[in-house]
Amino acid sequence: MLNHLEINNKLERILINVERPGRYTGGELNEVLKSWEDTQTHVALVFPEIYDIGLSNLGITVLYDLLNKRKDVWAQRAYLPWVDMEAALRQANIPLYALESKRPLSEFDIIGISLPYETLYTNTLNMLDLAQIPLFSANRDDNHPLVIAGGHAAYNPEPMADFIDAFAIGEGEEVIYDIVNVFQAWKERGEPRARLLKDLSGIPGVYVPALYQPVYLSDGRIAEYKPLVPEAPHQVVKRIVAELPPPPTHLIVPSIDIVHNRVAVEIMRGCTRGCRFCHAGMVNRPVRERPVEQVISAIEESLKNTGYEEIALLSLSSSDYTNILELVEKVSERFNSQHLKTSLPSLRIESFSIDLMELLRDSRSGGFTLAPEAASEKMRNIINKPIATQQLLETVRAIYSRGWTTIKLYFMIGHPSETLEDVQAIADLCKAVLEEGRKAIGRKAKLHAGVSTFVPKPHTPFQWVSGDTMEEIRAKQDLLRKQLRAPGLKLNWSDPRDTMLEAVLTRGDRRVGAAIYGAWKNGAKFDAWREFFNYDTWLAAFEHAGIDPAFYTHRQRDLDEVFPWDHINIGVSKSFLIKDYQWSLQGKLRPDCRDHCYACGILSTFAESRKNTPAESWKCPEVA
Amino acid sequence: MIRIRIFYAKTEPMRYTGNLDINKVLERALRRADLPLAYSQGFHPQPRMNQACPLPLGMTSTAEILDCWLEEDLSLEEINNRLQPALPPGIEVESILIIDLQEPKVQTLVNSTEYTATLLDEMPPEELASRIQSILSADTLPRERRGKKYDLRPLIESLAVLAPDENDRQRFLMKLAARQGATGRADEVLDALNIQPGTARLVRTKIHLLDPVNPQTPD
Repeated sequence: MLNHLEINNKLERILINVERPGRYTGGELNEVLKSWEDTQTHVALVFPEIYDIGLSNLGITVLYDLLNKRKDVWAQRAYLPWVDMEAALRQANIPLYALESKRPLSEFDIIGISLPYETLYTNTLNMLDLAQIPLFSANRDDNHPLVIAGGHAAYNPEPMADFIDAFAIGEGEEVIYDIVNVFQAWKERGEPRARLLKDLSGIPGVYVPALYQPVYLSDGRIAEYKPLVPEAPHQVVKRIVAELPPPPTHLIVPSIDIVHNRVAVEIMRGCTRGCRFCHAGMVNRPVRERPVEQVISAIEESLKNTGYEEIALLSLSSSDYTNILELVEKVSERFNSQHLKTSLPSLRIESFSIDLMELLRDSRSGGFTLAPEAASEKMRNIINKPIATQQLLETVRAIYSRGWTTIKLYFMIGHPSETLEDVQAIADLCKAVLEEGRKAIGRKAKLHAGVSTFVPKPHTPFQWVSGDTMEEIRAKQDLLRKQLRAPGLKLNWSDPRDTMLEAVLTRGDRRVGAAIYGAWKNGAKFDAWREFFNYDTWLAAFEHAGIDPAFYTHRQRDLDEVFPWDHINIGVSKSFLIKDYQWSLQGKLRPDCRDHCYACGILSTFAESRKNTPAESWKCPEVA
Repeated sequence: MIRIRIFYAKTEPMRYTGNLDINKVLERALRRADLPLAYSQGFHPQPRMNQACPLPLGMTSTAEILDCWLEEDLSLEEINNRLQPALPPGIEVESILIIDLQEPKVQTLVNSTEYTATLLDEMPPEELASRIQSILSADTLPRERRGKKYDLRPLIESLAVLAPDENDRQRFLMKLAARQGATGRADEVLDALNIQPGTARLVRTKIHLLDPVNPQTPD
């Protein structure tokens, strides 16, 4: 295999011939350079997408920062090459390398892969193949890197169980250090790889699939996940950080233009709204807020280190951040004068949100985004996102009147019990909103409606439901397309085939892995890209693997069914989810749990953590 | 308000950063340096910066020139002290001058540019000399770039073999016209010499500016 010097030489020959070669060079401001020989443990952090998309990923940024604070670790980055570079790498036999040192990934001790969503699975396999690392965990020996993964898709790790040695479930800030420490101790002792896997299994929050055997019932459902060794716990409980550590501020600044060029600061983690379709809202509990001063100083530090011209304040529901007004006022006071733009997504549908946006400079240029999701009272109660049409119309009236010409609304079709009547309500609502715009500012008013398709997610109250079929989705989208054809109105929707793939992978079990491998082998990659996604390749892969997609996508589950993710514990109990699901069937709302605790299970799971954190930073009630 | 001219090198880490992206890189460096960049008026204010001559992606340079306007009258020493620590890998500032606010835009003063090409593959010196000679002795060099036909020959002011570098690689120097509507590209010259992209390393070594007072006289 080529070494880093040979790789460098060969790169000079090929980079001029590929699109955007700056994706593949590293050398950016704030990248961390250390001595390879003098560093004990080498970690490659990989985002399985192209550089333009992966560089700004906050999860990798946090881990890069934390790992490189240790003198005994050097964390470097790798991303997937675009197809032209992939062809050039394969032709020149250049293995996938890390940007900082150009060392092949196979020379690293640990490869840490971020898995935020399921359509990156074939990219992940392609990445391992390009790195010349065996795709199957079982085929790796003591000379191969340890391959770990984390991120939102890892909360159901089973579809990728054959390919990943260990999953870090939950938040990575602390568990990543534990993994490195266990690795170092194992390496020191010089024992075989099997011992490492068992040791990792002993770390809270680490799931090692090889140490579990799925046992199936005759009808294909799961009987149990059997731990094969005493070290493997029956359930792996997610890791959380009791308090959010200060955010990274030495952000890497790309030398080329990429998708997000900004200082992004997480102001809050978790959400208390309890929208029933929402995976993030369920798995990221409990809510922990960053103090206003910590956010402001992180922004200041980051701006000093990067020179970026844009700031983004991130959370699942910014309006719920306790001191949102104070934060926005301070941000606008400190940063509005410096030609800096601040974005504040995820705002509630109320006029106060307009007050907040008006404080931010240049906010009107991008359009005002709101996410009603549903348009009929019935559906709003089912999904637990109640927002009265009257309130929405008053809010949009104010938005259009106060300087915005474009409003973006996000809706979701395909929720349980939804009929064409409910979809018609979405169309009617869009027309009513645009009408408000016309009344306020005439033909300048624009509405962009983004209608995605609901996919039942693991660890949510809707994890039992059967999803809509392609025909049902198409009928609903046809209705919207027919009805929402007007000047000033733009409609976006999800391709139902993308939805079907996501639906299989997200509630898939370990058997689905064979289909992921088969699809990759037949050329599937960049499944999230319209020009690459090939549904037929996937259908053939499912068939070849003996998998009936409908078993995963269109099957109503019984309340006592064992799920492929039940052995992953997100802190929210299954009985809570069952209760919430039953409430949804009755159209019963469950208001924000900041006002009233429903004992979802988080507090009992993390009681120790809660006791040791100040009341204001954690939004669950205090424990004695 | 002052106008400064920054003479800088674009080095290896930024070789594959193209012209538009370099503008962003410089803008951010100036911002990190806490230098009070002036902005244009209008709906989308842009930082007031002018590059003398765009440098195509894939080349480095020891001779880049950027003019920019600062809202405060800072001393050159102060500007340099703030700028140096804020520079990213790949940008090295060699010197800074104060320029008269009334001077014409720097891009209108550019007359010609010079590049050094280093061949990564072996080529007998006679071969290189002979290829250079056929270019120089040609009356015209009809070529097409991005769908437009043009004649490269008049844009080549000189082409000369240089001594090989410390690794014994063949080198040559080219001086190309760089005026409005008449700009010779170094990569086009390489192609005319039948040298494949990726097999020669290009460095821009000079941007010739006309005398701003009397722009007809080359300096």
